[in-house]
Amino acid sequence: MLTKRIIPCLDVKNGNVVKGVQFKNHRIVGDPIKLAAKYSEENADELVFYDIYSSVESKSVSLSWISDIAQNINIPFCVAGGIKSIKKAKEVLYMGADKVSINTPAIENPELITELAKTFGSQCVVIGIDSFFNQKNYVVHAKTGSTKSRYEVGKNTLDWVKEVQDRGAGEIVLNCMNRDGVKEGYDIDQLSMIREVCKVPLIASGGAGEKEHFKKVFKISNVDGALAASVFHDNKISIEELKNYLKKQKIGVRK
Amino acid sequence: MIAVIDCGGANLRSVSYALENLNIDYQICKKKEQVINSSAMIIPGVGAAKNVMNNLKKQNFINTIKEYKKPVLGICVGMQIFYEFSEEEDQKCLGLIPGKIKRFNKNNLTIPHMGWNEVIFNDDSFDECNGYYYFANSYYAEINKFTFGKCSYGNTFSAFVRKDNFFGVQFHPEKSSKKGSKFLMQFLKQL
Repeated sequence: MLTKRIIPCLDVKNGNVVKGVQFKNHRIVGDPIKLAAKYSEENADELVFYDIYSSVESKSVSLSWISDIAQNINIPFCVAGGIKSIKKAKEVLYMGADKVSINTPAIENPELITELAKTFGSQCVVIGIDSFFNQKNYVVHAKTGSTKSRYEVGKNTLDWVKEVQDRGAGEIVLNCMNRDGVKEGYDIDQLSMIREVCKVPLIASGGAGEKEHFKKVFKISNVDGALAASVFHDNKISIEELKNYLKKQKIGVRK
Repeated sequence: MIAVIDCGGANLRSVSYALENLNIDYQICKKKEQVINSSAMIIPGVGAAKNVMNNLKKQNFINTIKEYKKPVLGICVGMQIFYEFSEEEDQKCLGLIPGKIKRFNKNNLTIPHMGWNEVIFNDDSFDECNGYYYFANSYYAEINKFTFGKCSYGNTFSAFVRKDNFFGVQFHPEKSSKKGSKFLMQFLKQL
């Protein structure tokens, strides 16, 4: 059986892993290579590296750290942040990343998704979506790396999910902005609604605080993976402990 | 020396690193002359079968692979091209193993098949390799008499095949943590 994936997310800024609350007030939590090796050893299923600085400052990620990661861990990992062209994606993939995740550049140029899927295959192409509930609708935001740059795109999240998968996205990471960093649980309602239309793997992001939150999002929203940052970085939950718990709840995980 | 064929797959680097970490001597080969002194060949494949086949043709690797007598390991699409035909863009493949590559097509399945899934081996040399491996595929090889490792997603499919000196895996051993390393070591014992 295909197991549910536990995915630590490492937000990278100026070479350090950082974490903010609702995308603000970033604080340093560690070194990317050390943390990656630690999570890999603990049986994390995959890692996501998100270069916040690149995405916001319109600079792209420097690449040497990607090959350092690839040399040191042998589980799949995805790189996000500042990837705006086929050329850049190719560089990142050839440095040893397994997937590239595109967010704002896909919104600004949806054709990029189609081109990436054609060139590298859908399995390399992850689309990150920052979705905000404005008390009426779930809508897409762009450039969410800082409050100054952040803006509402004018797209409904559901429509955008349909469009990106039609264009060849191989996976969707849905970041529920209202829940990010607040540790009150994943946005079950939104994720369940998106799951209905999402035919590619769906990864939940934003809100993990307790082991029960993972159980709920797998059992109710039936997502393929759950992404989390601070609960792992702060050693609040260990991946091993989490997987033992999920296994007891009869959720298929790799041990 | 292990010849790692550069057929345009993006996982070339990962395969190289996996071999380095196992202290295995390897060379990335872009020309057929480079494989002459090799003791085994690895064909890492990511992307579409058509891409990989076209790259192998361009580099005149087709006959070199077909006539190679030492062990060959095809990974992911590198394995799929061993078959006769792939439904992905209707691509004719090497025809080293009978059968064809099909698309997962059950309605309730998310595609690609992405993540860690269990492989059960039915091969004396690989019995200790049972466990979870990383997959990222939308197409699969049907079970036939050359299937020596099975995996299940909607239906059962070939995760590990071997015929003569050709070995193929649908999963990515280079990304499958300790299990993957164990599998690669086991393959290298076939030399």
